[in-house]
Amino acid sequence: MLSKSQARLFFLGGTIITFLIFIGLSWHSLSVEVPKKTHEENITAGVIRGKHLWEDNNCMGCHTIMGEGAYYAPELTKVIERRGEGYVKAVLTSKTSWAPRGRKMVPYAFSEADAAALIEYLTWIGNTDLNGFPPKPEYKSTINPK
Amino acid sequence: MKYKSQKLAYWFFALSMLLLTLQIVYGFIMAFAHMGYDGLHPVIAFNTARAVHTNLLVVWLLSGFMGAAYYIIPEESEHELVNVKLGYVQLITLALVGVVAIIGYHFNYWEGRKFLEIPRPLDYLVVVNVLTFLGIILATLYKGKQRTTTALVMTMGLVFAALLYLPGMIWFDNQTMDSFFRWWVVHLWVEGVWELIMGGILAFLLIKITGVDREVIEKWLYVIVGLTFISGILGTGHHYYYIGAPKYWLIIGGVFSALEPLAFLGMALFAVAMYRKGEKKHPNKIALSWTLGTAIVSFVGAGLLGFAHTLPQVNMYTHGTLVTAMHGHLAFWGAYAMIVLAIISYTLPNLTGRKLYDSTTGVLAFWLSNIGMVGMTVAFGVAGVAQVYLERKMGVEFGDVQKEIQVHFVVLAICATMFTTGIGLFIYEFIKYGQPTDEALVA
Repeated sequence: MLSKSQARLFFLGGTIITFLIFIGLSWHSLSVEVPKKTHEENITAGVIRGKHLWEDNNCMGCHTIMGEGAYYAPELTKVIERRGEGYVKAVLTSKTSWAPRGRKMVPYAFSEADAAALIEYLTWIGNTDLNGFPPKPEYKSTINPK
Repeated sequence: MKYKSQKLAYWFFALSMLLLTLQIVYGFIMAFAHMGYDGLHPVIAFNTARAVHTNLLVVWLLSGFMGAAYYIIPEESEHELVNVKLGYVQLITLALVGVVAIIGYHFNYWEGRKFLEIPRPLDYLVVVNVLTFLGIILATLYKGKQRTTTALVMTMGLVFAALLYLPGMIWFDNQTMDSFFRWWVVHLWVEGVWELIMGGILAFLLIKITGVDREVIEKWLYVIVGLTFISGILGTGHHYYYIGAPKYWLIIGGVFSALEPLAFLGMALFAVAMYRKGEKKHPNKIALSWTLGTAIVSFVGAGLLGFAHTLPQVNMYTHGTLVTAMHGHLAFWGAYAMIVLAIISYTLPNLTGRKLYDSTTGVLAFWLSNIGMVGMTVAFGVAGVAQVYLERKMGVEFGDVQKEIQVHFVVLAICATMFTTGIGLFIYEFIKYGQPTDEALVA
């Protein structure tokens, strides 16, 4: 039967081994793979400014980006590809609540420069390699296929 | 209680109850917004309500853990807390930092990173606060007559929780790296070191309530926290599937996440087995319900429902949908909210000297809150699964999907009302116990 010291050994040994593997993989991910997959060379001053604006206004409190955030407003990873820059700029600079289908966004009324920075940030995010996320919808109407 | 300084715990528990009440209020604001009733939007926008709701959760749970430590550590180490006054200062500053942060969220003062919204200057105050707390606990342990496994596991959890807060305070230009380290805090807290705290409290409660030999309980505690770390550390990989990290995390995260329920299953089997083995019949049945409840509901909420969407091929579709909220609610409730309510239920009679534990109100509080939370989880689940199919599989526009699933938030609000009634009764009992007194000291 398992003794207390064996149980302690299992805990300490298991923890140390998995922790070391985790640190090794994290180091590899962050130093080798992530810069490539995210095209780190494309992170311009505008992208960084956009990220600051993104955080200062807690956009993640309603939206998701890379699938992370809240579930009250649309996923924005591919928003530039989906909607185009013009639409996104209109939303960001709007002085009244943007409320498609009734659900209101805070009217941030961003300046032209801020809106441009956020668009740069979203464009950069849209070009990162997220292992296939967000998935492409796979069904079309099968009742009346045309 | 055996030591005068344990009374400090009461005030941390009281703070927990206050913040829990507020958390529920902000939850309702969001539920109504999801139903389309967003009249409060100009004053309390959704992102404000959301940040307040999740941060209050974190703070009231931490306050509960701190209270638990201030109660358990003197008893386990057989020594008064080294500095009670400093403990009260720590309590007040914790409350102040929390209040300032929450008020700030209403005025766009935050750092919009999910769960870690507390702005950077306040982060430093949090660090000082937690160091003070750890100082008191560690000094008490050091001076104490004995260092039990239960006390050590719990303290280890608290120390690591403090250390892991730090990676979340580093700025990264790259969103992926930012996210990568944010999960070191959030994931390694809730699926790692917080489980040590939970395991420590659970072991303490089982020793007291069931009367089973400490050596047996602590041996299994090691096995369970061992399973937690072996599965949980590499299980962090399930947050790295789709955020710009390499593909090998799909395999590593998938395999180790699949093992994560084992730790929780271990916890549930352990609690039930110790209860059956125990010959002592402790009169505090309410504390027993919460203790067994936390072990079982955490297995369902954190273990099973986590596993339900953690496989990479499933998570591809459920990532960033209400399915996450489904898992999140029952997981936090089962694993962490219930363990805090368990330790409160056990300690209140000891702190106040009033043995009010065979009341119907307490039993009702337990069942109403649990059934309410299960109902809420089901409502989130139905809404989430519908969202996944409509939006991710069929390609229906986000806003149209939200209209379709509004009705599930009505169900959610009804279940939440039931849950709130249960919590209301729990708090009513809490108040009825009155304040702690030295007259409750037992030799």
